[in-house]
Amino acid sequence: MALLNVFDVAGSAMAAQSVRLNTTASNIANAQSVAANPDETYRARHPVFAQQLATQQQLMGQSGAAAQNGGAGVQVLGIVESQAPLEMRYEPDHPYANEDGYVAYPNVSVVEEMANMISASRSFQLNVEVLNTAKTLAERVLNLGQ
Amino acid sequence: MNISFDNALGPHAAALKLRDMRAELLARNIAHADTPGFKAQDIDFAAELSRRLGDAGATADTRIRQTSGQHLPGPSGASGSVTLRYRTPLMGSFDGNTVDTQTEQAEFARNNMQLQAALRFLDGRFKGLMNAIKGE
Repeated sequence: MALLNVFDVAGSAMAAQSVRLNTTASNIANAQSVAANPDETYRARHPVFAQQLATQQQLMGQSGAAAQNGGAGVQVLGIVESQAPLEMRYEPDHPYANEDGYVAYPNVSVVEEMANMISASRSFQLNVEVLNTAKTLAERVLNLGQ
Repeated sequence: MNISFDNALGPHAAALKLRDMRAELLARNIAHADTPGFKAQDIDFAAELSRRLGDAGATADTRIRQTSGQHLPGPSGASGSVTLRYRTPLMGSFDGNTVDTQTEQAEFARNNMQLQAALRFLDGRFKGLMNAIKGE
């Protein structure tokens, strides 16, 4: 029954979105973290989403749409650090200031992170809706003919 | 005794199966709303249903014909499979994703309602069969 695959698909999407929420939380929390060495300064992290590839077992066991198209769910390929330049602030009195009086702050864009957070939470909610609907429908199918 | 399940259940069993499959497809589209490069897919329900019901005249058969035993079956050659089509996005995005969340959500809701309708019809057929068996 393809409806039961919805649980895998929506579940993987929820897991991926929660990874995204996690990185957002980490980025916002560390937006002001400085380090003695600019190379060790925190850099914004973002997950990379991709489509899951089907395993051989899935391909053999399933018929129809899922088997035809390979994988179904979302997977997090990895987490990449932003390559954007660090934010240099002129704070000559700061203990970590360099010889010119600049301190390297993380390249986290808080506005971008907020937008990311809202997008992630909306996507998560949507997938919860899908999961609930699929559950209701599967229950109806089970009650068929009673 | 002329009752066969295929005749008794009408097109509703095939419709239910297709709706079930389509629900999974649409759920996948929604799940991949944020995956770069993902292309939203859907099926042509009317064409698939009439193909399953053996109504050859209703739709042009575009499957690849196997004229030799050494030919590999095409993607829609096996029974029980469907032809997936890519959705034309309303508005493209920079990362190549063609999922339009609102469209997919609306289609998912519509598909659910129609799935429940198919279930109701099927349920009615079963109830009718039960009545006929019991003869009450």
